[in-house]
Amino acid sequence: MSDQIVTANRLADGRVVFLTEDADWSARIADSRPATGAAADLLLSVAHMSAADRVVVDPYLIEVTLGSGSPWPVLHRERIRATGPTIDQSPIREVA
Amino acid sequence: MYRYDRFDAQLVNERVAQFRDQVRRRLSGALSEEEFRPLRLLNGLYLQLHAYMLRVAIPYGTLSADQMRMLASIARRYDRGYGHFTTRQNIQFNWTRLQDAPDILADLASVEMHAIQTSGNTIRNTTADPFAGVAANEIEDPRIYCEAIRQWSTLHPEFTFLPRKFKIAVTGAPDDRAAIKVHDIGLALRRDADGAVGFEVMVGGGQGRTPMIAKTIRAFLPKRHLLSYLEAILRVYNLGGRRDNKYKARIKILVHDRGVDAFRADVEAEWARIRKAGLDLDEAELSRIAAHFAPPAYDDELRNPRAYADKLRADGKFAGWTRASVAAHRRNGYAIVTVSLKPEGGVPGDATAVQMDCIADLAARFSFGEIRITHEQNLVLAHVRQSDLFDLWRGLRAHGLATANVGLIGDIIACPGMDFCGLATTRSIPVAQQISTLFADLERQHDIGELRLKISGCINACGHHHVGHIGILVVDRKGAEFYQITLGGRADENAAIGKIIGRAFAADAVVGAVETIVNLYIARRQKDERFIDAYERLGPAPFKGALYGTG
Amino acid sequence: MALVRDRRAVEDDWIALNDGAPAAPGSSVIVSLERWRRDRAGLAASVARIGVRLSGDDAVADIADALDTLDLVALTFPAFSDGRAYSMARLLRERHGFRGELRAVGNVLRDQASLMARCGFDAFELGAQVSIDGWLTALSEISVCYQPAADRRGTAAELRHPSL
Repeated sequence: MSDQIVTANRLADGRVVFLTEDADWSARIADSRPATGAAADLLLSVAHMSAADRVVVDPYLIEVTLGSGSPWPVLHRERIRATGPTIDQSPIREVA
Repeated sequence: MYRYDRFDAQLVNERVAQFRDQVRRRLSGALSEEEFRPLRLLNGLYLQLHAYMLRVAIPYGTLSADQMRMLASIARRYDRGYGHFTTRQNIQFNWTRLQDAPDILADLASVEMHAIQTSGNTIRNTTADPFAGVAANEIEDPRIYCEAIRQWSTLHPEFTFLPRKFKIAVTGAPDDRAAIKVHDIGLALRRDADGAVGFEVMVGGGQGRTPMIAKTIRAFLPKRHLLSYLEAILRVYNLGGRRDNKYKARIKILVHDRGVDAFRADVEAEWARIRKAGLDLDEAELSRIAAHFAPPAYDDELRNPRAYADKLRADGKFAGWTRASVAAHRRNGYAIVTVSLKPEGGVPGDATAVQMDCIADLAARFSFGEIRITHEQNLVLAHVRQSDLFDLWRGLRAHGLATANVGLIGDIIACPGMDFCGLATTRSIPVAQQISTLFADLERQHDIGELRLKISGCINACGHHHVGHIGILVVDRKGAEFYQITLGGRADENAAIGKIIGRAFAADAVVGAVETIVNLYIARRQKDERFIDAYERLGPAPFKGALYGTG
Repeated sequence: MALVRDRRAVEDDWIALNDGAPAAPGSSVIVSLERWRRDRAGLAASVARIGVRLSGDDAVADIADALDTLDLVALTFPAFSDGRAYSMARLLRERHGFRGELRAVGNVLRDQASLMARCGFDAFELGAQVSIDGWLTALSEISVCYQPAADRRGTAAELRHPSL
């Protein structure tokens, strides 16, 4: 069974958040609480209650690997959500 | 350009108040996300990967210096100091917050701007030729009609819940700089045999999953019938478009499935019944709108007519910039300037707040305070004296806005892709940056000549890759990004959908593939032949051969 | 679920009949298009008033010739995103001159109030969570109309040029 964590976007500002040990929401994936199988489903239910409470929008489960550091998403899209845009937003050189 | 009267202002202000209340109800829980989502989309607010993205309407791609300054202010106060200009002549802010959205809309309303219907299954921003009003061979300024369409389509009670989004584009000159043939409705101003002005009406163009070129359903529609005819088309679509499958819900599918003749018959039959029902463009209203688009107070006599030629001779860098950026103006002594938002290695279409303020100041000084956005994510200053071009260039240079690559391979069109967009399956900006860097040398870019390279990070094709001379669709294969190349697309009056050239390329091969394509063109081109011309002459075979070693 | 008519919550004096259910003599019944087609004469002989409910898949043309025998037409919004009923409403009012009650049923939410009213609906079966006050507020949130519709409110163009 794969490890999963719950993620969502915060309602008020849209920022990416992860469900923590304390059934709270953190912007840091390192704070997320991994679970598997039925336990993961249970966490998702907790998250949906939080959505009903207007804290977050559309929580869902994502697959992660558990290395030595924090949980790390399997999908590229979720990695980008966790760490931000991959690009350098300052131009390298202004060609004139 | 158009200025609001009290009716326009009242509508926008009431809309802000309405949305403020909707946000309040959402935050208090009175509205669920499911109920709120269509409401926020109707005000251009998406929930993307990292934050709420606000898409602000820039009607027909024209804005004033003051409006640009407000966009800069919004970028600073509510976002991360920059904005992104899109392929539909709008601007997007990637990092807004829901709780700030009503205040942002209020700020926009204070300068006659809004985000109404920039999302949702509604009629979206009607786009136009960015050279409107200044192109030499223009019949009439298409923006007059875009403004009439904007008002007719805004909060239209019948067409707020269409099967899918709806996009209209209008040109006024024979050259199509608005990609009208890949819009749901494309309108081209035409003259009939008697010289009367009307529209050729084209329906069913589009990109995305099933790209199609629009079909002409009416060769000439007298201009006063514009709104009633559009109403007939939209009603046929609203009632007949598919609602069971989101991927088959655009009007292009309806036109295709019904057949263009049957579709035309349906529209004409509906129009026959409504044409007298008060929608005809009244002369008084048309004149009122048209007055806002009268030419600015051009100089009667050219100031310093030799200054421009002298500077071209004296400064090679300036001359190089004018080659790419300056187009002929209908008025002697003036020029149309396209400002590239594609610096080497940059994010196509992005501008910082500082750059926006710079553009606003330069527009105020040199272009009667007016700025346009193109569907290729660049800006246009449409009324610049030739004698001012050198000073304008220096002003642009100071803020990294003088990259001399307009229309060249470095002028890449790209969607935000999976770095920002919740719909994307892959990233598009990194490959754009890599190609931009590889081809940075301007001499080389000018030698290659006109080449429109467009990149999309998913099948929705917001990067318009289907109509790129070289198009790249980034696809996901088991978690790795692969690059599907198309060739021969065109967004102009000879619009064409690009053809897939072969197997997709891996990340470490795509930039080399682009280089192979370009090198083959250089090797095989005839005198003065652009890339697209050479491709049309040679066909795909030699390119396939060079890329895949076949035949 | 409240019925709003003339800006007030009212008792519904109509009965929505399932296709197989019998019609009580002297009642006011709303039936599906299919049942109306099958049983027009029978209904006309027994009930006081007949209303027909159309879905988005039905065509207004199917009842256009019989509108003077109908006191009510109900148009269905199966989801608020299905906007076909807006066109159907306008056709009934503006093309076919229907004068009876034009009722919005289904997913009828506050934020579609003014759209529906402008298209000619004059009665609304509100969803359970929609308050009357909210509905009435929503009706007047936007006072400017750019385009003509079934409600014949003056458009901005008409107000700008009073001689029109």
